[in-house]
Amino acid sequence: MNPTVLLAIPLLPLAAGVIAGLGGKLIGRAGAHTITCLAVAASCVLSCMVLRQLLAGAPTYDAPVYTWLLSDAVPMQVGFLVDRLSALMMVVVTFVSLCVHVYTIGYMHDDPGYTRFFSYISLFTFAMLMLVMSNNFMQLFFGWEAVGVVSYLLIGFWYTRPSATFAGLKAFIVNRIGDFGFVLGIAGVVYFTHSLGYREAFAAAPHIAQALVPVSSATSVNALTLICVCLFIGAMGKSAQVPLHVWLPDSMEGPTPISALIHAATMVTAGIFMVARMSPLFEYSEGALSFVLVIGATTAFFMGLLGVVSNDIKRVIAYSTLSQLGYMTVALGASAYGAAIFHLMTHAFFKALLFLAAGSVIIGMHHEQDMRKMGGLARYMPITAVTCWIGALALVGTPFFSGFYSKDAIVEAVGASHRWGAGYAYWCVLCGVFVTALYTFRMLFMTFHGPERFPQAHAAHPDPHEEPTYPILLAAEVQHEEHAGPPHESPAVVTVPLIALAIPSVLIGALTVAPLLFGGYFGSSIFVLARGHELGTLGAEPGGWLRLALEGFARLPVYLALAGAITAWLFFLRRPGWADEAARRAHGLYTLLVNKYYFDWFNEKVLAALARGVGVGLWKGGDQALIDGVMVDGSAAGVTWVGSLLRRVQSGYLYSYAFWMMIGLALLLAWFLGHV
Amino acid sequence: MHGLLSILIWLPIAAGILVLLLGDARIGAGRWLALVASLTTLALAVPLWTHFDPGSAALQFPELAPWIPRFKAFYALGVDGISMPLIVLTAFMTVPVVIAGWSVIDMRPAQYYAAFLIMEGLMIGVFAATDALLFYFFWEAMLIPMFLIIGIWGGPRRVYATIKFFLYTFLGSVFMLAALIYMYVKAGDYSIASLQALPLTLIEQRWIFCAFLLAFAVKVPMWPVHTWLPDAHVEAPTGGSVILAAIMLKMGGYGFLRFSLPIAPDASRELDLLVIALSLIAVVYIGFVALVQQDMKKLIAYSSIAHMGFVTLGAFVVYEIVRHTGSLAGAGMGMDGAMVQMISHGLISGALFLCVGVLYDRLHSRQIADYGGVVNTMPVFASFMVLFALANAGLPGTSGFVGEFLVIIASFRASFWYALLAAVTLVLGAAYTLWLVKRVVFGPVVSPRVAGLKDLNGRETVVLGALAVAVLVVGVWPAPLLKVMQPTIQHLVSQAVASKL
Repeated sequence: MNPTVLLAIPLLPLAAGVIAGLGGKLIGRAGAHTITCLAVAASCVLSCMVLRQLLAGAPTYDAPVYTWLLSDAVPMQVGFLVDRLSALMMVVVTFVSLCVHVYTIGYMHDDPGYTRFFSYISLFTFAMLMLVMSNNFMQLFFGWEAVGVVSYLLIGFWYTRPSATFAGLKAFIVNRIGDFGFVLGIAGVVYFTHSLGYREAFAAAPHIAQALVPVSSATSVNALTLICVCLFIGAMGKSAQVPLHVWLPDSMEGPTPISALIHAATMVTAGIFMVARMSPLFEYSEGALSFVLVIGATTAFFMGLLGVVSNDIKRVIAYSTLSQLGYMTVALGASAYGAAIFHLMTHAFFKALLFLAAGSVIIGMHHEQDMRKMGGLARYMPITAVTCWIGALALVGTPFFSGFYSKDAIVEAVGASHRWGAGYAYWCVLCGVFVTALYTFRMLFMTFHGPERFPQAHAAHPDPHEEPTYPILLAAEVQHEEHAGPPHESPAVVTVPLIALAIPSVLIGALTVAPLLFGGYFGSSIFVLARGHELGTLGAEPGGWLRLALEGFARLPVYLALAGAITAWLFFLRRPGWADEAARRAHGLYTLLVNKYYFDWFNEKVLAALARGVGVGLWKGGDQALIDGVMVDGSAAGVTWVGSLLRRVQSGYLYSYAFWMMIGLALLLAWFLGHV
Repeated sequence: MHGLLSILIWLPIAAGILVLLLGDARIGAGRWLALVASLTTLALAVPLWTHFDPGSAALQFPELAPWIPRFKAFYALGVDGISMPLIVLTAFMTVPVVIAGWSVIDMRPAQYYAAFLIMEGLMIGVFAATDALLFYFFWEAMLIPMFLIIGIWGGPRRVYATIKFFLYTFLGSVFMLAALIYMYVKAGDYSIASLQALPLTLIEQRWIFCAFLLAFAVKVPMWPVHTWLPDAHVEAPTGGSVILAAIMLKMGGYGFLRFSLPIAPDASRELDLLVIALSLIAVVYIGFVALVQQDMKKLIAYSSIAHMGFVTLGAFVVYEIVRHTGSLAGAGMGMDGAMVQMISHGLISGALFLCVGVLYDRLHSRQIADYGGVVNTMPVFASFMVLFALANAGLPGTSGFVGEFLVIIASFRASFWYALLAAVTLVLGAAYTLWLVKRVVFGPVVSPRVAGLKDLNGRETVVLGALAVAVLVVGVWPAPLLKVMQPTIQHLVSQAVASKL
């Protein structure tokens, strides 16, 4: 592979992002979107070429670009590892990013921060590419943190909204808690291998698995388990796994293209990618994999439930993302890394599609996100409705749609796993299928079908207390408020990316299931130690996708999804009163769900308050009372005395005294020099 | 290149005296002279870097002249891999200070510029001196201009802050002087090399180590002798804060590396847990304290203390690494990290204080509550502020990451818990820095005064731009910096672990 081409793939978006960011005024709006779109398109084409070369049998590329630093004989390098795993990620990242770039031209059309937005999403593409292409932990961490920063900036993109800047801060800090674990994991790897390279770490894995790390004078823990759990804590932050998931629903404060690009399709999957990439490490630690399994299963089921009670269309999809990330994590924990990456890819397409469709709805509804104020939109927005249906069908795992193949594989892999926690995980993922269908169809029905609830909604909309809070209101919003009318279908720059994403949402599963799951596509880039729970060879045969889908009808998940769909139809379309009745009957559960299991309450009212309390206590009690009060003011008499002396010296002359003293001192020394 | 160090020391001092003689009446000329002098010093620091032999741990650019023959004290200068980068940093950071004061200082401007120029020369002298008495001379002399800067151009409580600053630093230095004189009596001269080679018993080492610890811990500053710093920063004018944070705090770290470790290696090994504990307290305790500050300068001052904790941790974790692994591998990394952290903190804290200065010049308030939504009126400033804040939070790709990363990795070798506590800074550092940014920079415009803010002028943009470039370059490619330090650090590690008993 040509190193220049590999270098160009991340650097083109970087250059475009920098130009759009620094020279936004110079090149103007059209200039900014042209240059960034072209750069990402070029990256996408080059990534596809790289993938094709690898498929044609080109060897894995693994080489440094430059030495970042050399400390204590440990070289820390920037370098690329491009194999089939990273190439697949590169294609997914650049393709979704390209769609979002194009979509943004329409979505952000009237936004005053237009060029800044393009700059950010190009920088994000660069950071994400650095992350997936890395061949070492240092660069991985760079990409990891850089995507976090861009995410922080983008969530808080509308910086005059207090809720948006709060959400950005929250996202960054929660991610930092994950990175806190991540950096310790990296330190552990360096401890055992004297290197930051993947190659060295993977080679040393069996040896690290035998080592112990003392955590107190009496106890030690298995070194590899410690390292893998630490690394996975990083993944929990980035991929929003319980309990570090709290930032993702709030991240919906950012513009919708961001929710699609960063908080659904690419950045949040970084943790999944990382664990898959580290499979040679994780495979040697049963303990860490069980941890992964349980965390993932918990996220998959319990976060999905939250989607059932949310009324904000973007938040429903956000909870769905949490739940689906849980599915990917479960797959990792069950050693089905291929299935996790497969689901990551299909999810990237259909979830980006769902978010962009939601964005289209939001535009059509004049920036209304509450589904209770929608309904019957299918008539006004046919393209959006159809594409959204496609995305939803893929999400719930309808046979033949892309999500079916990946989700079915995960459920099956978990069912076959004998790892500690697999039984619990199996129940979670099975029930999760029902829940997924329930909230997905609820969203479809409330948005696109049933009675139209928006005319009243518009009459009630102008909220006198809302407008003045944001003095610099989005131009887009102002415009839409002025032209409030019936919902309308979005322009072509919005619908074309929807269609472009709908196609892979249907087809990509059937097209790639054979090589990705059964054909050994990943080769050496994913390592599985115990081949005890293979998925069979059914899918590898010609036409396997067809038989897999037909086989799916003989298994439980499809019927669970169907049950979920019917429940949603009954409760939210046919007999809307039933939903309220259910909420009344199961009041405790409903309150728990509406309050998101009280995670936010706990973090804000307990943890954050505690941190501030500790800070104030140490400051007032430690610094001011103890240290200054006892130590310094213990000699306060001395201070007062010196102070009174100084006050007597007329401060106006103090300066010249001191200066001439210094010069005198210098002269004296010079005299010494000559005479002694 | 003979005499380069002398020029670097005395050129700014001479220029300072000249500015003083020109007086406030001819301050127009004085200002330009100050700028030209600081730029020339910086230009002369470039050959110091380019002609430095990165393959050697020996003292380079040596100069030797008799000074006080009666005490066998020499005017001896020279640099190695740890002092050279600090001299370049000093020369680099003085320029923004001169520019930042350009149209802001109305009161006694000649004396203001003179103080900074003279201080620059004296600080370079501290790093360049290879004779302990000469070092002490510069060490004490440099305090006088800073004392004046805070005492004259400072805020309302400047007298309190100045006295506190003076008492703390003076108290520490006295003990250092006593230790130096004791060793001079034994060794017969003041050359730092012969002090380092001087055989000392464990008892002697303990006393000397504690004397040095007092002097350097105050300067760093380490918990619990840190309380002078927030007060000094709050009262100091912007330029004073920049130099204080960027250079003066580094004197403490430099002192540990130059004196404590090589002169009292056995006592350092024995008392290393004390320093490590204080460093980790600085990172965690001070991190929490920074979180609740209402004053921007206080917040950055506390953040400085927490960041400097990495310097002392990186320097002293060496002994624990040897104790736990029985090998020297990783020891150099801790010291590398400590050095990079010093350089990086110099750039970032200096930049952040300049940012606060930009706001203070406009609204005359340092209270976080008085700001909010600055990005609406000062977008260029906001970009810089966010960049430096992220660097302060240790974002990879900026210089702030390099030192912390190296120290955390090295600490893991000593103990998982050291690494864990040090890594807490990832969370706390992000929390207090970005919360500051959220409250000051983002949000809606909170008041008519914020609405009337003017964005950066050309002068301010150049200053912050230069610092931004430096922060990014060190972050993206720290290899050259590490390279010049490498042999010196290796030599220092071998000195630090070689027993004198």
